[in-house]
Amino acid sequence: MEATSTCPSYSARDYKSEVKPVWCPGCGDYSVLGSITKALAELSIPPERVALVSGIGCSSRLPAYTNVFGFHGVHGRALPIATGIKVSRPELTVIASGGDGDGFSIGGNHFMHACRRNVDMTYIVMDNEVYGMTKGQASPTTAPDWEKSKLTPQGTGINPFHPLVIALAAGANFIARGFSGDQNGTAQLITEAIRHPGFSFVQLLSPCVTFRPEQRDWKDMVHPAAVDPTDDPARAARRLMTDDGFNVGVLYRGSRKPFQPERQASVDSVADLEKEFVL
Amino acid sequence: MTARSVSITFAGSGGAGVMTAGNMLLDAAGRAGWYAYMTRSSGAQIRGGEAAAMMRLSTSPVQSHDDHFDVLVAIDWQNVGRFSAEIPMTSDGLVLGDPDGGDFPEQIGAKGARCADIPFKKMAKEIEGGRPNMIALGAVAGLVGLPEDAVLGVVRDSLAKKGEAARTASEASVRAGMAFAAGLPACPRLAAAEGQSERLWSITGNEAAGLGAVRGGIRFVAAYPITPGTEVLEWLAPNLAKLGGVLVQAEDELASINQIIGASYAGVPSLTATSGPGLALMTESLGLAVASETPITVVNVMRGGPSTGIPVKSEQSDLNIALYGLHGDAPHLVVAPNSLADCAFSTQWAVHLADSLQTAAIVLSDQSLGQSRATIAPPLDPGFRAIRLMPEGEAAERYRRYTNTASGVSPMAVPGMKGYQYTADGLEHNEYGTPSSAAADHSAQLDKRLRKLAVHDYGQHWADIEGDGDIAVLTWGSTTGPVREALERFRASGGRARLVSIRLISPVRPEQLAAALAGVARVLVVEQSHGAQFHRYLRAHYDLPGSVRAFHRPGPLPIRPNEIFRQLADWS
Amino acid sequence: MSKPDPQETGIHSVEHLLAHALAMEVEAVERYESLADQMETHNNREVAALFRKLAEIEKLHVDNVNDISEGHTLPHIAPWEYSWEAPESPEAPSVSAEGLHYMMHPYHAISMALEAERRGVDFYDRLVAQSEREDIRKLAAELCETEREHVTLLEAWLSRFQPPPKGWNEDPDPPLLQG
Repeated sequence: MEATSTCPSYSARDYKSEVKPVWCPGCGDYSVLGSITKALAELSIPPERVALVSGIGCSSRLPAYTNVFGFHGVHGRALPIATGIKVSRPELTVIASGGDGDGFSIGGNHFMHACRRNVDMTYIVMDNEVYGMTKGQASPTTAPDWEKSKLTPQGTGINPFHPLVIALAAGANFIARGFSGDQNGTAQLITEAIRHPGFSFVQLLSPCVTFRPEQRDWKDMVHPAAVDPTDDPARAARRLMTDDGFNVGVLYRGSRKPFQPERQASVDSVADLEKEFVL
Repeated sequence: MTARSVSITFAGSGGAGVMTAGNMLLDAAGRAGWYAYMTRSSGAQIRGGEAAAMMRLSTSPVQSHDDHFDVLVAIDWQNVGRFSAEIPMTSDGLVLGDPDGGDFPEQIGAKGARCADIPFKKMAKEIEGGRPNMIALGAVAGLVGLPEDAVLGVVRDSLAKKGEAARTASEASVRAGMAFAAGLPACPRLAAAEGQSERLWSITGNEAAGLGAVRGGIRFVAAYPITPGTEVLEWLAPNLAKLGGVLVQAEDELASINQIIGASYAGVPSLTATSGPGLALMTESLGLAVASETPITVVNVMRGGPSTGIPVKSEQSDLNIALYGLHGDAPHLVVAPNSLADCAFSTQWAVHLADSLQTAAIVLSDQSLGQSRATIAPPLDPGFRAIRLMPEGEAAERYRRYTNTASGVSPMAVPGMKGYQYTADGLEHNEYGTPSSAAADHSAQLDKRLRKLAVHDYGQHWADIEGDGDIAVLTWGSTTGPVREALERFRASGGRARLVSIRLISPVRPEQLAAALAGVARVLVVEQSHGAQFHRYLRAHYDLPGSVRAFHRPGPLPIRPNEIFRQLADWS
Repeated sequence: MSKPDPQETGIHSVEHLLAHALAMEVEAVERYESLADQMETHNNREVAALFRKLAEIEKLHVDNVNDISEGHTLPHIAPWEYSWEAPESPEAPSVSAEGLHYMMHPYHAISMALEAERRGVDFYDRLVAQSEREDIRKLAAELCETEREHVTLLEAWLSRFQPPPKGWNEDPDPPLLQG
């Protein structure tokens, strides 16, 4: 499939592994995999210089399906692993990914503090408002009256978590929402998120056709945000107050300095540190 | 009357400056060529609470307390009675206190020790800017025979930044205290220092652990504060920066352990330090480090448990969680320093082993090692470094991260190595790292992860073995100090006994221990745990020869040499 | 998700058109291959084979576009900067298709493919009708012919299958627990 072209050095296929996904046919995560690999190809980052970290859940299976350096950790801890990688190897492109349960429930504390810490990395959450891998329980983003779970047969009765609001309040430097069904538009969002310095958060509405078949209708519900992105957190917050949850596009681009400690040695060896102990 | 070892406690309420006095005494002793050891005790208040600095000065290396204290000097008596159990004294002891320092505590009086007054407040008033704690320092220095030069030298250096007036006032206070001591009842004076060829170090166990970490090559640390492990992290923060390394304060222990897994996966040797409650939170991810074969080191400075327990007091009761806390079959390293100075060696060794064997290492220190300060002979760098087996050359075919080698250790690529991309996984996996629930993959990977620990040559460092005879004391960690001292007395009284202090708690070394115990008829197990965790561990993994007795009790009171000596003497 | 003005074709040169044609075919191949893999993973062999065959056909189209492109230097276009009428390239079967399901029948697969091919035809037809440039209109007509042949083929295939009865996607077993 070679043609004379001015294409970048990599194609999306170069970022995919030989491992075949186990996701259900129709699952939005297939498209997200496509978007991520397209974004990386567009950015022309050599696969060996990308680290993709995830926790546990259907969407967290994603790293194994790529040809970059992956880490499939424990439930809820993708962000701390990603933080460790980026802070110790700042030259790498670091992406964390996972689902709404992994990121907003068990990993909720890390989500807040990753926004706050503002390490230069991108966090992609495939949000389907359900725990798929454990057979369909309500997640933090599930509507309070969803009664299809055996665990909460009367619905949770609890208001859903609003990830974009939390991200903004906690200090994320780039905030966007996309829809998995728009693979190319999502690739653009991810490309921009990776390019933007600091902590970039991308919420991707990614339907679960098995436990939330009604989410197939999301394709008709999403719409481009009516207004341009802002760098003013107050304006971004006001927009989120009237958000119907289906606005897609970049919401907020901040300019906060990313967290990256200096790594410049000031002594020649460990022996120089021992002087403080000598009496 | 001279002695080879003298023990002193400074006590007083908030603002009295007993810790400062203790630190200065320790430094002065070190400069005079004596060895010194100091632990601290305090009330639960952050500031203003009662506090005690418990000191032992000795002509030979000392890193644990004696049976009792020779001198208790109280700058005031506010709540000092609360420390009574921690300050055992005999009728030979000397209690010094200010008659204007509040009500003399009954518990202290009950010890039956000799008492004498020092009017600290009154004396301090007579010196412009005079400080009661400096008078106390001078008095103790005078009593035990510390040279004035050594004490004044430390005072001058410590107060260099406080200005001329403060320095002069403190010097005058020390001299006044020394002069006053001449009229006090006698107490043992320390024998002349044995000439030291090198200058001693003043260091805590937690600082030593930090030093061992950077000597081993640690360059990334994630930190979440917890007593009594925090000082490991606080020492590392500025010192890692000087070495071009990084310390990140994490949002919780779940984050700190996963941050170090991330940094280590990226190729940078990584460590965190914590204490029991933090270790409990970290155990799930310790399993991740084991399964994904990502080297990490966790220094766990034990405190009294369970739950929040007794944060400021020592206990050896995290042994079970360190050994068995991980779910699944998760072989990993557990290494225990057995003295304050050994915190440096054991931590460095653990870092080296973790990276060599691509697994998780837990260093089981404790509060009594970590938060104690001692003057010690400078510990030499034993040369252990975090060095990983890495793939070489161009990747020819698809990289098998978890290839099943004879040694069990597989070459580990790091991000940036072209053609070696793989996904590290906590899910069971095949040699490529691809998730697999196949029985063959599970058993092959379990075998490999066990084998790499089992076949490694740990050399002589797995235990400290001393002495001979048909009676052996088997111990670990901080109780090794009082055991050593008890054995010295036992030998001095004509007994013969050996010490086996196990440093490599996991993996177990049954053949080596059997050799170390050859010919032994009686084994005394000593540990500081209510549930006899070490004894049960030994019973589970080793064949112990002859008859076995276990001496175990919980914290917060330290195990003292005479308790162990009595066990030995009574069993003979 | 920038959509071009419907009055503008957005295609401004032969090379630009060839880049679109190539992307469209390559994406179709990759999508069919992915769907074939998905069906294999989910033990739907019949539909997997069908998707595999569709991928093979699209590969021939890729070869065809490559042949035509010889001697041309195609511009690089970011995935989101193509002048498709919809967010996705027209010939890729839709990931949001109703029939996309692990129990899907050949009827669904061929329907999906037919829709995709018809979108491909529409894309070229629009260029033929609207482009201001003769060379673009000519090339678009040529490329459209291949797609039209494919549509005819798929219509013939589809006529051999009946729409599956209602309840075709009912599974007596609950979803499998994973972890």
